[in-house]
Amino acid sequence: MWIILGLMTAGMVIGAILRHNEKIIKRVNILVTWSIFALLFLLGIAVGLNDELVKNLDSLGIHALVITIASILGSVILSWIVYHYFFRNHK
Amino acid sequence: MKGSLIILSFFVVGIILGFSRFLPELLIENDYSMYALYALMLFVGISIGADTSALSVIKKVKYKILLVPAVVIIGSLLGAFAVSFFLPYKLNELFGVASGFGYYSLSSLILKDICGAEIATLALLSNIFREVGTLLLAPLMAIAFGKLAPIASGGATAMDSTLPIVITASGKEYAMISVFSGIVLTILVPFLVPLVVELF
Repeated sequence: MWIILGLMTAGMVIGAILRHNEKIIKRVNILVTWSIFALLFLLGIAVGLNDELVKNLDSLGIHALVITIASILGSVILSWIVYHYFFRNHK
Repeated sequence: MKGSLIILSFFVVGIILGFSRFLPELLIENDYSMYALYALMLFVGISIGADTSALSVIKKVKYKILLVPAVVIIGSLLGAFAVSFFLPYKLNELFGVASGFGYYSLSSLILKDICGAEIATLALLSNIFREVGTLLLAPLMAIAFGKLAPIASGGATAMDSTLPIVITASGKEYAMISVFSGIVLTILVPFLVPLVVELF
């Protein structure tokens, strides 16, 4: 975990220094997109090689949906409270 | 939406190739994803650090706008806590999945590194559902829970992919709040996901 956070932070410092070098920043953004594609492909392979996981993909999908509904509901209910007390009459 | 379809197709092709073992030995026996993830995190950091708009947005706004991303974080974690009693996962794994806030690519890849492929798949699906669900239901949410609700539901995606539907559902005056909340959450995801997994 600390490696991930360390690399992120180091990246942010490098990014702030290279801010005005648009060519490099553009290339980095393309690299981000393609590393995400490559990594999701590798994640797919790891899942596909795991027979147990492939067998359970359907129940995994239902569990994912339950988590989604719960976290959206939690967020919108809290947002209603904040909207009611801080935003609605203070525009 | 288009982005999530492209991402999903890379993932699905990977599953099919993995399942059929139609792969070179090199890929079956070694997992290179950790090194690719480290490279990705460095690149993501650079692009955040170079993004001047991210900083200027934060300087401009009033304090109460900070409540919006806070609502998304607390609300998502409370939701995950509520379902932890009947889903077969550890609380910290559920918190990690919910802390993606719709940023499906990065959250699932980080979770692959620390929790394994199963939780990573769960995070990928759950966070894609969050984006799709927001796109489908934002207008209803605005009616039922007020104009911040589509922004809260969109989470990290409120800055780009779900921004148009947020504007449609809540009005143009909420566009700035939506972009702000989305940017803050997008920056927080790579920090928060490993943190909640470690802490809980």
